[in-house]
Amino acid sequence: MKGHITIDKELCKECHLCIQSCKKGLISPSREYNSRGYRPVCFSEEGGECTGCALCAITCPDIAIEVYRE
Amino acid sequence: MKKVFGRPKSMKDTIFHYCAGCGHSIAHRLIAEVIDELDIRDITIGVPPAGCAVLAYNYFDVDMIEAQHGRGPAMATGIKRVLPDRIVFSYQGDGDLAAIGIAESFHAANRGENITVIFINNAVYGMTGGQMAPTSILNQKTTTSPAGRKSLLDGHPIRISEVFTLLPGTAYIERCTVNSPASILKTKKSIRKAFQYQIDGRGFSLVEILSPCPTNWKMTPVESCRWIDEVMTKEFPLGVMKDLPAVEQKTGEKTP
Repeated sequence: MKGHITIDKELCKECHLCIQSCKKGLISPSREYNSRGYRPVCFSEEGGECTGCALCAITCPDIAIEVYRE
Repeated sequence: MKKVFGRPKSMKDTIFHYCAGCGHSIAHRLIAEVIDELDIRDITIGVPPAGCAVLAYNYFDVDMIEAQHGRGPAMATGIKRVLPDRIVFSYQGDGDLAAIGIAESFHAANRGENITVIFINNAVYGMTGGQMAPTSILNQKTTTSPAGRKSLLDGHPIRISEVFTLLPGTAYIERCTVNSPASILKTKKSIRKAFQYQIDGRGFSLVEILSPCPTNWKMTPVESCRWIDEVMTKEFPLGVMKDLPAVEQKTGEKTP
């Protein structure tokens, strides 16, 4: 595992800009709601390996994504 | 695992009130990152505008003082002249800087005040409900131009950056955007440069940021990013408008 991201579900406003920016397609919309009525995105490494490139975090307007790298 | 990206230290741990996909929050984060990198958090004073970013002082963990509508550069001038060792930036939208505050901005730029202005251009009045702004593009539909902006009736969109390049007091003017990861990184470099120019005492610096406003453009965040690329950058071309070399500045009179 090269990289890893965590998404703060309370901060996410489902703008989906991170989904566009992830080259590996590891971020997807979810059906659950957060306390403010948005449906936050979720991260899963089923479709590939996260490289920790941080493009999703750079795009995220709400600073909901934190990126970790080895 | 090492953390490589997170909330900047100069940004408070608060949820933004901005709509989903708003460019304001990206610009806020970039400014906070630049303040962290330049290590000027203790000596920075910000001036938020009237408009969507009126609550910017809730998010920046630096000293902030609210200005009257459009009078950001005038207030920043006052702060900078009284406290010349501080780094002063004014954060303004297009309704604030290009409409009601054009006189204050224009003359602050003309005097060559040693301040930094971050100018968010989203082509509408965001906070009041998407009315036509001076920067609205021809044929753009807004709530006060439902059939699209017509040049005969409403005039032409004003290109602030190009106008300000003609003023001899300005040192650095660039127009950038925040609609993709690459352009966001580029915008961060421009903001950093603008702050550096102020630290070096080289005069007025302005960074215009073309910013998406999905709510008032009636688009999704992804569509509005595309609209900036396809429509807005045609009217407002990106790039460095003015960058005075340091030598030329040294020979001139020192800015207050």
